[in-house]
Amino acid sequence: MSARYDAIVVGGGHNGLVAAAYLARAGRKTLVLERRPVLGGAAVTEEVFPGFKFSVFSYVVSLLRPEIIRDLDLPKHGLQILPLESTVTPLENGDYLASWADPDETRRELCRHSPRDADAAVVFGRLMHHMAMAVKPILGMVPPDPASLSPGDLAGLLKLGGHFRSLGPERFHALHKLMTMSSADYLDEWFEFDGLKATKSASGIIGTFLGPRSPGSAYVLLHHYMGEIDGAFRAWGFQKGGTGAISETIARAARAHGAELRTGAGVERVIVRNGRATGVALSSGEEIAANLVISGLDPRLTFTRLVETRELPSELVDGIRRYKFRGSSGKVNLALSGLPSFACTPGEGPHLRGAISISPSIDYLERAYDDAKYGEFSRHPYMDIVIPSMIDPGMAPPGNHVMSVFVQYAPYALNGGWNDAKREAFGDAVVRTLARYAPNIESLILHRQVLTPHDIETITGLSEGNIFQGELALQQLFFLRPVPEWAKYRTPIQGYWQCGAGTHPGGGIMGASGRLAAMEILRAA
Amino acid sequence: MLKTSPFHPRTAPLVRAQTWRRWAGHQMASAYDPYPDREYAAIRNAAALIDVSPLYKYRIGGRDAARLLDRMITRDMRKLKPGQVYYTPWCDDQGKVIDDGTVTNLGGGAFRLTSADSSLRWLHMNAVGLDVTIEDISERVGALSLQGPLSRDVLSRAAGMDLSALKYFRMVEGTIRDIPVAISRTGYTGDLGFEIWVEAGRAVALWDALMEAGRGYGLTPCGVWGMDIARIEAGLIMMDVDYFSAHHALIESRKSTPYEINLGWAVSADKEPFNGRRALRAERARGPAWSFVGLEVDWESFERFFRAHGLPPQISNIAWRASAPVYRASRQVGYATSGCWSPLLKKSLALAHLRAPHFAPGTPVKLEVTVEHRRELADAVVRKLPFYDPERKKA
Repeated sequence: MSARYDAIVVGGGHNGLVAAAYLARAGRKTLVLERRPVLGGAAVTEEVFPGFKFSVFSYVVSLLRPEIIRDLDLPKHGLQILPLESTVTPLENGDYLASWADPDETRRELCRHSPRDADAAVVFGRLMHHMAMAVKPILGMVPPDPASLSPGDLAGLLKLGGHFRSLGPERFHALHKLMTMSSADYLDEWFEFDGLKATKSASGIIGTFLGPRSPGSAYVLLHHYMGEIDGAFRAWGFQKGGTGAISETIARAARAHGAELRTGAGVERVIVRNGRATGVALSSGEEIAANLVISGLDPRLTFTRLVETRELPSELVDGIRRYKFRGSSGKVNLALSGLPSFACTPGEGPHLRGAISISPSIDYLERAYDDAKYGEFSRHPYMDIVIPSMIDPGMAPPGNHVMSVFVQYAPYALNGGWNDAKREAFGDAVVRTLARYAPNIESLILHRQVLTPHDIETITGLSEGNIFQGELALQQLFFLRPVPEWAKYRTPIQGYWQCGAGTHPGGGIMGASGRLAAMEILRAA
Repeated sequence: MLKTSPFHPRTAPLVRAQTWRRWAGHQMASAYDPYPDREYAAIRNAAALIDVSPLYKYRIGGRDAARLLDRMITRDMRKLKPGQVYYTPWCDDQGKVIDDGTVTNLGGGAFRLTSADSSLRWLHMNAVGLDVTIEDISERVGALSLQGPLSRDVLSRAAGMDLSALKYFRMVEGTIRDIPVAISRTGYTGDLGFEIWVEAGRAVALWDALMEAGRGYGLTPCGVWGMDIARIEAGLIMMDVDYFSAHHALIESRKSTPYEINLGWAVSADKEPFNGRRALRAERARGPAWSFVGLEVDWESFERFFRAHGLPPQISNIAWRASAPVYRASRQVGYATSGCWSPLLKKSLALAHLRAPHFAPGTPVKLEVTVEHRRELADAVVRKLPFYDPERKKA
């Protein structure tokens, strides 16, 4: 079997597409194989209801790496990120807390609730800025192995040490606290207004099976500030046409560099001969040869489904078995005949162009988590809501709207398992909770799409419906992602590589895993 | 007191941060939001409504109206058909640009001229011996620019007519909610777009009608800041920012010919005699000493200056209008006059005057930037204008 391709990428998610684009750009004959009829993995736009387009799963762009935008000239291929400027949190007392694009407006708003917090927010922001500056280079770095004495690893560790030393003691201590504390405790050290703490800590629990009072949840607060460092690039917001349009943009760049992309081509297994990957077998029976096979799938699928586990060291297989997915979130997509009116600020207004966060208090979030801890979906969940049609009118027919509701918690391992009735009950809980804040919502719903972690797994393949290909928890980040010693995109099988969000740094439509994997592959060649 | 536009009663309450600016003696909105990001985005993503009433406007009639304009502008008036619009510069006898604007053939031998600066004296000077009427209609006519990919949908809906037949740089008359308007497929954004001309007394009603029709299409009022970013992406020159009018320039070196400011395409040097013909023919034969081009700043070289201070890169979301020296091999070869971060192209752009032979596309140059109080030279590359030219602009 002569190799027809230099590289085959299994899975056309955004990281797989990024990896393919970089490989093709370097002259490698590259093929991407996607099981679904549509490219993008969890970054897809689909017309779920006639005339209404949804970013079905992932719905905003936050940390898409500027170097990828530049290297692949994504604007030329259709990247168009529109500003998503505000966050409004309706509170349980009927008031709200808003954060606007203008710092003075945001400050005045915060002063309404706590003048002390308004001052604290400035100093807090500066501290987080410095820590994000120190941590951010890690996003562009192949994780060094701290247990290794190889020159490359030592150089990486030295570089890392340099970053942290430059923080100075005060910030280094703060970083240590961030890494170990819960977001609720950490924010308690800074702020008094509960609505503010809840909304800030909400960003720390997204996609994890942690509550705001769980240790380790503080760290993810940093991610928000990492996005702000790239603020000049203005790559934070809403892609025109939804997140699927980002995947299409990357796909166009990959094709322009000569990559071949096939949809409706599910890979059954990676062919391994004498400890070396030599190609893939499709579920259709077709076999395609390649010098390299790169899996964009999550670690469980990469290591235990695409290849036979007997090809791998038992420690690795066991590590993958213990790697935590525990999908904890669902998604409700609503087609609306008009705009919702929020009781805290009725009618139309700029708040409908930004995010609406249902995170009125730390207790509210923790109670939502309590339900999940014991195997139930939250009766009153945390929700991150956007109305994309307010920003990109092309998402819905004129006068109508689409609403994207990210919902947490919805445990994958629901008591009694997920079924149609449970799905509808979950959807009802979401709409009912929403109606507490936007009483007219029910009368506007033309169509409702409810996606449980089980549905996310079934449709996209993401194990246990985890949106990050495995929890973004400290014990599975950086040189531990997905497992120690195999965090550099390699696998024990020669010519078999990983490039999905289950590798460092993972998470969100960042593309960093795909880029770093491709660069590591090219370096190894 | 500055003058206000006929749309002022509607625009003024929308200017949330009181960000006003002067434009031809008028008080106009820089932006309605504190920052122009969303307004700019509307130009490229949906539809934006921009008040461009401060433009000077003249109605020219009489038997010799076309002859007057032909003597004045650099394009050939004999080819301007009824319902057609020209964008054109006009020059003094030395071929130096006085102003740039549009000429519309209104039909029936009448024309409308728009200009950035008052042009009444120049029109009269050129009308000696001609049978023409010249009316300054600047204050009688309000103008709105409706720009963006959905502008045609909004306007077709408002005017109750299908505007897909209206070609680029053509004009049609119609009504919007019984308000007589002229609609031209023109603009200052390099996108699909229209300008709507209306009797000042009906301006407010027109604004309301358009805003109403734009509901559901993301129609967003947009100020000068938002438009400025779009016009830089589109490589469109601005008088008193990118060049000086020959009538304002205090010294000779501040004057430019059309060839020097990328408007050579609008010079019909072989037509009947017109102001500057001899000088422009000579320059065409000789080749211009300067050219007006795009510069694309290399992001990594720019980011390095910030990193040296431990800072993330910082760029204003408002376009800059200042002179920045441009170097090649440590010799100054020109200067940039305006620039911006392009939120769409994700690039830092500038418009620059470069001396021959340094203006060929692809030429590597250095642009002076100030980072943390220090002057630095960022790598940049000469690009052909426009930076951004979507198909829909002319389609």
